[in-house]
Amino acid sequence: MTSIGRTYLMRLLPQLIALATVLIGISIVFPGFLNLEIQNDRLYGSLIDILNRGAPVVLLAIGMTVVIATKGIDLSVGAVMAICGAVSASLITSGHSLAETLLITLSVGVFCGIWNGILVAVLDIQPIIATLVLMVAGRGIAQLITEGAILTFNDPGLIFIGSGSFAGLPMPVVTWLIFGIIVALLVRQTALGMLIEAIGVNRQASTLSGVFTPVLLIAAYVLSGLCAAIAGVIAAADIRGADANNAGLWLELDAILAVVVGGTSLLGGRFSIAASVLGAIIIQSINTGILLSGFPPEFNLIIKAAIIVFILVLQSPRFRSAFTFVNIPRAAGKPTEREAK
Amino acid sequence: MKQRYLPLTATILIFILSYALCVAQYPNMLSTRVIGNLLTDNAFLGIAAVGMTFVILSGGIDLSIGAVIAFTGVFLAVVLEHGGMHPLTAFALVLTITTLFGALMGAIIHYLEMPAFIVTLAGMFLARGMAFVLSIDSIPIKHPFYATLKGLYYKLPGGGRITLIGGLMLLVFAVGILIAHRTRFGTNVYALGGGAPTAKLMGVPVAGTTIRIYAFSGLLAGLSGIVFSLYTSAGYSLAAVGVELDAITAVVIGGTLLTGGSGFVAGTLVGIFIQGLIQTYITFDGTLSSWWTKILIGLLLFAFILLQKGIIHLSRPDRQHA
Repeated sequence: MTSIGRTYLMRLLPQLIALATVLIGISIVFPGFLNLEIQNDRLYGSLIDILNRGAPVVLLAIGMTVVIATKGIDLSVGAVMAICGAVSASLITSGHSLAETLLITLSVGVFCGIWNGILVAVLDIQPIIATLVLMVAGRGIAQLITEGAILTFNDPGLIFIGSGSFAGLPMPVVTWLIFGIIVALLVRQTALGMLIEAIGVNRQASTLSGVFTPVLLIAAYVLSGLCAAIAGVIAAADIRGADANNAGLWLELDAILAVVVGGTSLLGGRFSIAASVLGAIIIQSINTGILLSGFPPEFNLIIKAAIIVFILVLQSPRFRSAFTFVNIPRAAGKPTEREAK
Repeated sequence: MKQRYLPLTATILIFILSYALCVAQYPNMLSTRVIGNLLTDNAFLGIAAVGMTFVILSGGIDLSIGAVIAFTGVFLAVVLEHGGMHPLTAFALVLTITTLFGALMGAIIHYLEMPAFIVTLAGMFLARGMAFVLSIDSIPIKHPFYATLKGLYYKLPGGGRITLIGGLMLLVFAVGILIAHRTRFGTNVYALGGGAPTAKLMGVPVAGTTIRIYAFSGLLAGLSGIVFSLYTSAGYSLAAVGVELDAITAVVIGGTLLTGGSGFVAGTLVGIFIQGLIQTYITFDGTLSSWWTKILIGLLLFAFILLQKGIIHLSRPDRQHA
């Protein structure tokens, strides 16, 4: 526990500090912000609300982290959410049982992941473009399934996934907690995480050293598709209907942002599921904070943009080398703008 | 040399073939009216796509253009309706803003060594956010000068019209083609797309070129915003959502290689026409739902990516790719 636990904590420290700063900042303005209360065996309060509202982005961020660690990106997750929401709503309204509905919906998510994975791993297409295909076509497919209408349902089982509670916590929170822990253990208790990082650092080198790259790459996109499917079911269950136009709209960008806030570089390599989850919660806290403050919601996007730029500047290699004295001799040897004129 | 033209040739052939199929079913689709409308309806997308072509040729991406179009529209609506400024002054002002905005993104991408994807994503949030701050309502533009501009058109035989904005799009494409193939800047863009380190060694001013590419994309996104505000006569902060994706799609269908370094501005024009044609066909048909547009364009995008992959694969038989 000791040394591993400490390195783990050190890794998450910047995100924890950022989250604490945001939460303390909001609670100074709103003294009641951190209060939690129990009603009908369920926890209520703004903190729980943040965890609950953030559920789709947290789930997407988990899958996105693994994809980004392989130096990829998955732009299709929002569209996959819309497809899976539409599939679950149409299955449940046409009389399928909850278990069947969930099983088929998750399979659809997995299938979307396999599609993206094959394009990237087998056909060797750039991830941005490979996943763009499903992003463009996906929302159309979702509309085809719902026939252009907002498909509503009132199956208590499916609704429970969106607004029920378990052990005092809302179901979406329970879902992402369990799912996140499983994925984190899967990649960190086995060599899987290291292999994924190896692909992200240098795909060709890891293939040459015996890593079976195509399977792992496809698996990363399958995980992302599965996360999007779960997020899609939660989003549909939350509003008790499938909206092909707006479900998961632009959430892929929020998920990427969460991963970047979590400190995972878009250039692939080292990653942390926990840090990305914290990143998603930081973003949701900021959203909730801005909302509570009565500050016009119009400023939401600008503040978000400012935060991305700030975090990216801190992460950029240029900025780091300028502030790390050890690197200065090495930096001087690198080609600079002088040579680029 | 021949392989370089293959994707472009395929795009043109597909366009001609699909247009012929459309005409076979609906002879009216050959009329100059339809062609004129095709130009007018896709003018804003086409202009923005020219900028996107340069960005992609250099190996980058610009996700901010849809948001910049919306910002431009809202900005124009606010200064014209509430500020009482003359449209031409407002146009100059907004183009300056969007060009500087693009240049700033280019500078961040180059000097902080950040991926274009995330920098322009931040730019997208920022521009959309500024549009929201200016106004969250849709503001109609009732300036008489707008009516004058909209009334300008060249009448084709057969009743079709090439409107000001449709003609402007063709002009922007012509200028884009000249810049890409006849200027030092264009050569530098292609060199940069071939690989930044190589370009640097060849003496390409990487910093200046990167900044100019994104400034150019910003300028054209601003121009596209002006065209969009003429087209809709309104400014709305939620307008033009997803235009960057349509533009990227047009560039890919037009045969430009997404890894950069190879492609043609003219191909993008055909890419725009193909997308417009799908939409027109669906309108003519009347029974197909509009969401088929998205699915068909997605499939077309996929087909072109495969085509490009195949061509690259065939052109390097000696190289084993990983």
